[in-house]
Amino acid sequence: MTAPLLEVSHLVKTFPARSGLLGGDAGTVHALSDVSFSVAPGEAFGLVGESGCGKSTAGRAILRLIEPDSGSVLFKQKDVFAADARRMRALRREMQIVFQDPYSSLNPRRTIGQTLSEPMRVHRLGTPKEIRAKLRAVLAEVGMPADAAEKYPHEFSGGQRQRIGIARALVLEPELIVADEPVSALDVSIQAQILVLLRGLQRRRNLSFVFISHDLGVVRHFCRTVAVMYLGRVVERGPVPAIFDDPLHPYTRALRSASPVPDPKAKVIMMKLEGEVASALAPPSGCHFHPRCPRAMPICKEAYPGWTQVTADRGVACHLFPATA
Amino acid sequence: MNSAPALVVDRLTTEFRIDGRWHAAIRDVSFTVGRHETLALVGESGCGKSITALSIMRLVPRANGRIASGRVLLDGRDLVQLDEAELEATRGGAIAMIFQEPMTSLNPVLPIGFQVAETLRYHTKLSAAEARAKALALLEHVKIPSARRRFDDYPHQFSGGMRQRVMIAMALACKPQIVLADEPTTALDVTIQAQVLALLAELKAETGMALIFITHNLGVVASIADRVAVMYAGDIVETAPVTTLFERPMHPYTEALLSSIPRVDRDAGDLKPIAGQVPPITAMPAGCRYADRCPLRIERCATRPPLVALPSDPRHEVRCWVRAGEPGASA
Amino acid sequence: MSEPGAARPEGTTVHASGGADTIVAERLAARGESLAHSTMPRERGALARLGAGIRRHKMASFGAAIVVLVALSAIFAPWLSPHDPLEQDVLLRLATPSAEFPLGNDSFGRDILSRILWGGRVSLYVSTAAVGIAIVIGGALGILAGYIGGKFDRIVMAAMDVLLSFPTLVMGLLVVAMLGPTVGNLILAITLTAVAPFARIARAPTLTVKERDFIEAGRALGFSNLRLMAVHILPNVLDDILVMAALWLATAIRTEASLSFIGLGVRPPTATWGGMIREGFENILDSPWLAILPSLAILIVMLGLNMIGDGLRDTSDPRLRHE
Repeated sequence: MTAPLLEVSHLVKTFPARSGLLGGDAGTVHALSDVSFSVAPGEAFGLVGESGCGKSTAGRAILRLIEPDSGSVLFKQKDVFAADARRMRALRREMQIVFQDPYSSLNPRRTIGQTLSEPMRVHRLGTPKEIRAKLRAVLAEVGMPADAAEKYPHEFSGGQRQRIGIARALVLEPELIVADEPVSALDVSIQAQILVLLRGLQRRRNLSFVFISHDLGVVRHFCRTVAVMYLGRVVERGPVPAIFDDPLHPYTRALRSASPVPDPKAKVIMMKLEGEVASALAPPSGCHFHPRCPRAMPICKEAYPGWTQVTADRGVACHLFPATA
Repeated sequence: MNSAPALVVDRLTTEFRIDGRWHAAIRDVSFTVGRHETLALVGESGCGKSITALSIMRLVPRANGRIASGRVLLDGRDLVQLDEAELEATRGGAIAMIFQEPMTSLNPVLPIGFQVAETLRYHTKLSAAEARAKALALLEHVKIPSARRRFDDYPHQFSGGMRQRVMIAMALACKPQIVLADEPTTALDVTIQAQVLALLAELKAETGMALIFITHNLGVVASIADRVAVMYAGDIVETAPVTTLFERPMHPYTEALLSSIPRVDRDAGDLKPIAGQVPPITAMPAGCRYADRCPLRIERCATRPPLVALPSDPRHEVRCWVRAGEPGASA
Repeated sequence: MSEPGAARPEGTTVHASGGADTIVAERLAARGESLAHSTMPRERGALARLGAGIRRHKMASFGAAIVVLVALSAIFAPWLSPHDPLEQDVLLRLATPSAEFPLGNDSFGRDILSRILWGGRVSLYVSTAAVGIAIVIGGALGILAGYIGGKFDRIVMAAMDVLLSFPTLVMGLLVVAMLGPTVGNLILAITLTAVAPFARIARAPTLTVKERDFIEAGRALGFSNLRLMAVHILPNVLDDILVMAALWLATAIRTEASLSFIGLGVRPPTATWGGMIREGFENILDSPWLAILPSLAILIVMLGLNMIGDGLRDTSDPRLRHE
């Protein structure tokens, strides 16, 4: 059994809340409250949840773009948060990020060539000639023509910009890519193009992904394992087909049945979930989901359920599945 | 039982002026919406579905856009010919619209109760107190929790899903015959979307109104639509009852679209993305607009195919030489 | 250093695009994008883009023509002026315009035309130097304050507020009174008042740009903060700075003239526009052209600079920039 590429343990992160219209202290946002998971080499790991669940925060914490309050991230057994500036710089070459918004992820004042070659120059990865060759190679790899290097981002469509963003993530030859909703801002047919591209890249380069998304269909297509998040915690984790075909946690069940499926006969199964997503400012006591949970029990209000490893590769945090001694 | 359609759109063409020349954003769009029917208008960005809705409501920005030709018949009256005063009386009254972005479609400096009541007072002869009472009833009806207490709250104090409910309350306030919903749930989380869609279905069943639901999400279409119209590059390319569309899609674009969607209920097969891009509005081909990307393309596709009903199913129309069952075309 | 973007209201996801009223604009933009080659110029450096912007805008082109003309005449004054600006001739005191002296002579018999040309040099030098230094210092402070944020931001902005509370003229008076009326001190005075507006102008776009994903991408790629500020944020801030620069050059010229007018500017007998107005003031009833001509010069230059500034402001409207 190979060692995991990435091990995330008990991440906690809070933010001071943005104040209201007239200023003043508005409390703290509990973005992450104990998040743990691990990713194997070459594995596509999905992180799903709705807005406010903390999945984007978790993704950025992994890359140390956000400093968590506590917890650890081990990348190839190296402690990411304990790395000094020099080691961090070297680590950064091995893990990269792809963003959601193709219109904000590229500097409008720089040509594509400049954007892609800059990381290589900063890390001194070759002579200008080698860098130019690498540039052409990576552009070809993401399906962009070589002459794109002289153009500016505004000359490209959303899908093309997303390809360029992916190229930028590949330029330093990372082993892990955190993809934060990489296809959510794209049209349906472009989504498919980008997903096929990412899958090809994953296979050829044996890349690991932390694939953040709210779209279960996309996650099912791309990921092998998935963790479902709600209000800063992982509520269920396991292999994708098992989690989506037979969800254990009531929230996963609700999420799954609320996800529309392009099949008119599947209409009837849409289960309504009453109530709003609770605020991360004031998470409900005990299990955060209890106010909306159709199967809530008295204990759910009192204590947060511990993690139960239901099978070797599947776990859930729910009082319906108490840990057996 | 009134079986006349709620709305008839007849060869609607809307143009925009780009760099001094007029280009058609939607061309000859025609469809009918039955009295209690939900018609889904589906397509990707740029296909013209939103422009169609704006054209129906006569909300096309006048600076650069115009309705070039066509009719929109609501109860026999052609909305395209109405003047502004008559239009204002109709909008919000007989025909209402729900927009996509819940954060910008409500006035941020007015309390939500006021905004709902305002709609009522504009279109009906209710007094201020009566309108207020009715507005409160509407808010409770769309299941805003603690509606009485929150009647005077401002939009920013509500979540996205709640704001969308307020919009629905406003749209339904005057019991319109038909409601246009332009991507009303696209910006919402999945579980909230399910709530809002369920609410819309309930309200529709109660009031018997017709609904045009615009979206790019085929899963949502499958859940709520009775009939579907698929748009591509400003044309309607296929119309069919919902089950027929998903089981037997005829237009190559519809087929391709359905095979390129990753599904949560099936294991990952290989996605088949559609190669190429939509042609830009200023450089639209004269013939079939999908021809460049179509695997079934024949010579005839250089001429624009008409939207025709299939011989086997009159309710299923398709705009394609190859698939329309024309004699002499290959299947 | 980075905080997450403002928490979205619960229940909303990130992938929404604008509402119906912006759909059309987006649609047009989306269409325009595929036609990049035919409808839009390629993005070039800030100066080149603004140059193109000026050419497109009629008023700004006109203003630019005026300013260039004046600048050239000032630079080539030693060759263009028919006489020595300092050469006095008692016999020609207050002479009206003649063939040899196209604009007449002042109260010391000096050629007004030459003095105006040479006066332009002083104005040009002082204003360009002051604004140039202010851009560098103010711009750097603004970008740093915006990028670093927190306490540093608050302190710097408070300092800028203090500077902003001094009208340029008052600052000029203070500096010159304390340190003496040299060209250097004049530049110092104007720079001190110009730093604050440039700091503000640089800080505002920095705050927006630093939240854009490509900055975070840079961090993920291991770029230093210095690189992010200098290479990525600065070019995005330059547009706004250049607009303000044109307008502030006008202010600087006016300030220099005002200070010279009240006698605190460059000492006579050096020709300066403000000084000429002051000297002409004594004879304003009999020989008004002594005061009017240099005033016209100032008016024309300031008009030209304001036209450029307004034109630039119009063309840098972000909605016209495809970002």
